[in-house]
Formats: sequence, C-alpha cells, structure tokens
Amino acid sequence: MTVRITVGLDGTETGERALSFARDLASRIEACELIVAYVIEWSPFTFQTAEENDKRHKRREEEIQIATSRVVSPAVKALTDAGFNAKGVVQHGDVAETLNRITTEHGASQIIVGRVSNDGFTKRIFGSSTQNLVMHADVPVTVVG
Amino acid sequence: MTMKTLKTLTAATLASLVAPAAYAEGIDAKVNEAFAAATGPFVSFIFAPLPGTTSFPWIVLWLVVAASVFTVYFGAVQFRFFSHAIRLVKGDYSDPNDAGEVSHFQALTTALSGTVGLGNIAGVAVAVGIGGPGATFWMILAGLLGMASKFTECTLGVKYRNEYEDGTVSGGPMYYISKGFRELGLPGGKALAVLFSIFCILGAFGGGNMFQANQAHAQITGIVGDYPGWITGVIFAGIVFAVIVGGIKSIANVTEKIVPLMGILYVGAALIILIVNYDKIGWAFGQIFAGAFTGLGVAGGMVGALIQGFKRAAFSNEAGVGSAAIAHSAVKTKEPITEGFVSLLEPLIDTVVICTMTALVIVISQQLMIDEATGQYMLNEAGSAIATIDGNTGVALTSAAFGSSISWFPYVLAIAVILFAFSTMISWSYYGLKAWTYLFGEGKLPELVFKLLFCVFIVIGAAASLGPVIDFSDAAIFAMAVVNIFALYFLMKLVRKELNSYATRLESGEIKSFAH
Repeated sequence: MTVRITVGLDGTETGERALSFARDLASRIEACELIVAYVIEWSPFTFQTAEENDKRHKRREEEIQIATSRVVSPAVKALTDAGFNAKGVVQHGDVAETLNRITTEHGASQIIVGRVSNDGFTKRIFGSSTQNLVMHADVPVTVVG
Repeated sequence: MTMKTLKTLTAATLASLVAPAAYAEGIDAKVNEAFAAATGPFVSFIFAPLPGTTSFPWIVLWLVVAASVFTVYFGAVQFRFFSHAIRLVKGDYSDPNDAGEVSHFQALTTALSGTVGLGNIAGVAVAVGIGGPGATFWMILAGLLGMASKFTECTLGVKYRNEYEDGTVSGGPMYYISKGFRELGLPGGKALAVLFSIFCILGAFGGGNMFQANQAHAQITGIVGDYPGWITGVIFAGIVFAVIVGGIKSIANVTEKIVPLMGILYVGAALIILIVNYDKIGWAFGQIFAGAFTGLGVAGGMVGALIQGFKRAAFSNEAGVGSAAIAHSAVKTKEPITEGFVSLLEPLIDTVVICTMTALVIVISQQLMIDEATGQYMLNEAGSAIATIDGNTGVALTSAAFGSSISWFPYVLAIAVILFAFSTMISWSYYGLKAWTYLFGEGKLPELVFKLLFCVFIVIGAAASLGPVIDFSDAAIFAMAVVNIFALYFLMKLVRKELNSYATRLESGEIKSFAH
C-alpha cells in the first residue's frame, strides 16, 4: 500500500528543510508518494473594491501560476528526478485549514512542514500557521526546525 | 503624476486663500445657477406627479409596484431564502477548490460600500425632516420589498455578464438587457441597454458623485467654518483623480478597510443612544406608526410621509436601480442565483437596519419640533419641512441628533461622512465607467475621458447648493430604475426558471453544503 505524505512548502529555507526531511523519510518507505503543497494565504472575508473584484479571477490564476512555477514544480521535478513519486498541489485559503484538507483529500497519513514564524503582533494574537496546523490537524504533524 | 496632482492641489488651495472671498462665493453662485437651469427639465420629468394628483411622483409608484410584483412573482423569496442567503455569505456552500475567487461575502460588502453612505445618514434626515417619523415606516416597507428587486437584478447581472479572455469581467443591466432580450427573441434590447448606460453615467455623476461631494463639504464647513465649496471639490477631485486615474490603490484600499468599521461604529453609537433612551423607544415607534398613517401634521400628510420614505429608501439601497448588479457580477459562481440570494441582504442591512437606526435617533433625540398642545409637528417658515431645534437639515440634522446624546460624536460622524462619501464616489466611478465602456468601448482613452469628467463633477457638486444637487441626483438614479425595471418585467421569467431549478436541487440534496 502506498503511504502518502504531505509536505507544506512556503518558498523559504525552512520549507526546503521540510522537503529534505520528507525525502529522507520517503527513501525509507517502500511505496511512498509525496504531496508537495503550497497554500496561498487568502480569506473570503476581506473587503475589496469593485475593481479588485473584477480582476480577481485573473489575479488568482497569476498567483497559482507563480507558486507553481517558482516553488512547487521545481520541487516536484527534483523529487521525480531523484526517483521519488511526487505530485504538486497549489491552493488558496487559510494555510493550516487548507493543508489539512489537502492531506485528507489525498488520503495522506502525515504532514511535514517547516517552522515558520510570522513575527510579532500577528503571531501573538493569532498564533502562527504552523501552530494552528499542529493544534487542528487530523493526522500527525512533523515540524522541521 | 501624483506629485503633479499634489502640486496642482496645493496651488489651487493657496490660490483660494488669497482670492477675495466675494470672488470665491461668486464662483459657487454661478455654478449653482447654471447647474439648476441645465438639469431642471430632466428633474421635472422624472418627478412629474401622477395624473389627477398634485404631489405623488409617478416614479415612486413605479419602484414600489415593481418591488411588490417581484415579491409576489418569486413567492416572497426574500423571506423564504433569507437563512440560505446568510449561509451562502458564511461560505457554507463555497467549494474550497474555488478558494481565491471573489467570495459572496466580498461581493456583498463591495456592493454595500457603494450603497451605505450618505443616503443612510443625510438621506434619512431629509426624509424624516420633510415626511416626519412616519416616513420611517414606509422606508422600512420599501426596504423589505426592495430585497426582491435586488434579487432579480443581481441574479441576471451574474448570469449575463461578459467574461473576457484576460479573465476580467463586465456585468450589469446593460449586459443582461441586451443579451436577455436577444435570448427571448424580443426587439429593442440594445436600445434599452444604451439608454440605461446613459442614465447610469448621469447617476454616477449625480448621486454617486455630486451629492456625496456636496454633503462632504457641508460636513467639513460644519466643523471648520464656512468657505467656498469648490475648494473642497478640488481637493476631493484631486484625491479621487489620484485613485482612479493615477491608480494609487493604497488610498482605495485603506478606505475599503475603514468604511466597514465606520459603519459598525455608526450602528454601535446609534444602539448606545437607543439603550440610554430605552424609555423613549416605545414612544418613537408610536410616532413612526401614527405618522405613517396620519402624517402628524407634516407637509402633505400621510402621502407626504409615504413619498419621502419610499424615495429615500430607493435612493439609499438602490434596489431596482441596477447599480448593484454591476458590483455583484464579479462573483465566480456556477449558480448565478446564489448571488441574487446574497444581494437581497443588502436592502435589509442598508435600509431596514442602518436607515432605521438613523431615523430612530433623530426621533428620540427630539430634534423635530412638536406643538405641545396638539401633538402635531410644527412646520418651518416656508411650510416645506418640519421645524428643527437649530434649523438643521440633511446631515447636520443627523449630526445634531447624535450630538445631543454623545457630544463628541459629530466629529466621528464628520470623518465617517467624508469616508463614506469617498468610498461611494469610488464605487460609482466604477459603475459609471462600466456604462461608459459599454457605450464607447473598452480602451485607455475613453476610460480616461470618463474619469476626468467624473472629477470635474465632484467640483460642481461641492460648489452647488443642496436643493438642485439632490434633485438631479435623485432624478438620474431613478431614471436608471425606469429602464432597468421595465426590462426586468420581461426578464423575470428567466430568473424564475433559475430559482425553481435551484430550489429543487437544494431540496434533493444535489446542491451540497461544504460546511462541516
């Protein structure tokens, strides 16, 4: 049976460390698929101008395209080149919630993420995405420092 | 471009300071005179009384009949699907895979920021000042019925919008009228769409611009003292120019974020005043009901109260006008009707909640003078409106009413009014632009011409006096409703088809909730 593992990337160095940890883990499992996920932070409850709204669809496509070409595709390519089974997913939403959803939807059994620290004020009030993920995920989460 | 704008602005302001006051006043008077003369015939046509009456404008009946017809035709959709509308806004039916597109919440709040504004603060004061507390009753009724009009137009707005290859969208009555009529094999769709666009551009210049500039100026002079209106106009025009021509998004973004907070603060302050005066709430509602059916001595009696209530409700929530259909059409949804459901919350929030708050505060604070002996309202010297304690009308009346309980609130209100005015202008510059590009085609030059004209009208609006501005603003916005509602009568069967299909699928469970 294939074991699936979600790796959450954020385009930073800690994301890279999460990826190499996942690689290491996958190499020890016989049949393993890595789900390389990138979540574009987005909330449906923000206030927008009419002009922003009418260009939103276009922006969304651009955001997905950039995340795919800059972060996800290179990571997936590097993994497949190295003989791993990998696929990429890019989605908008709340980072913790969406990573968890991607994981359950793909039937993955654990999540690996980097330790991200959004600084100061926001973190104090809302906690970081990683903290939220660890608290609310339906599967075990590994946080790579 | 911005620096240039700033320099021009500074120069204009400095010039005004050194210019003799009499000369400056002269400009205002000339603008006012020319404006009243130019718009007079249009205004008289829109507000012509019904045959056989002397004071009941046909346009008011037109709006109310339409809202009632839609309410009956769709089986009181505003009540049957009310809770479903709330769930849609909460995102319960949004597919997470579509995340990143414009949400129902975003479309609703964008449309609301175009309607919540001076209509709720100044417009209600005008209604209650002329029509008495009874106008509130008719305003609420018009708001509740108007929910059905909004539902109809916004469903069509999404269904028949244009989606371009680059991913941007354009929608609104001009698109659904021309496409819908073609689909039904009816003639004249294109002509009606063109007519609507012309009125929409006038509406953008009027209620969406001049009225806002005018009241913002009134608010500023109330605090810093009197000075010529065109100066405010030039400053506002400069900022709007920076946003819509210069593309300075940060100003618009900041406003979009502050305006909802201002709205919440406004309703919060009104609630506090109501709580403090809880013993008078019963009396105030008594005045509202008694006034609705007797007029309590206001000019025109019960009919006067009714006309004012309906007029200001329509002006405030724009149901049947077609503007919201432009704002809502950006939503990405597989079911156009869901946007119709969401939009029906607009008149509720705008009119039934916010406008009613304003009216209650004005009534409770007893700004309107009552003859102790008869219990009837006293009229001012001209006999045209109810006498108020300080002779205030419009936004000044609302300000005085809030100020009587919370002494510092007029300052907050002044900032709110200026911000509301600004955000309404930005919204209407978009509506007007969509109508303009429908007529003249999309492209840099036609868009720039419209945007420059828009800025010129801000200056005229701030300089002219309230009377002619409010008349023209009302007339232009109602003219949009004439064309839009006429077309909606033909197109409503398309909406009913959508409604029936959606209701069946919702009941059968084919339309699923994504909420956990």
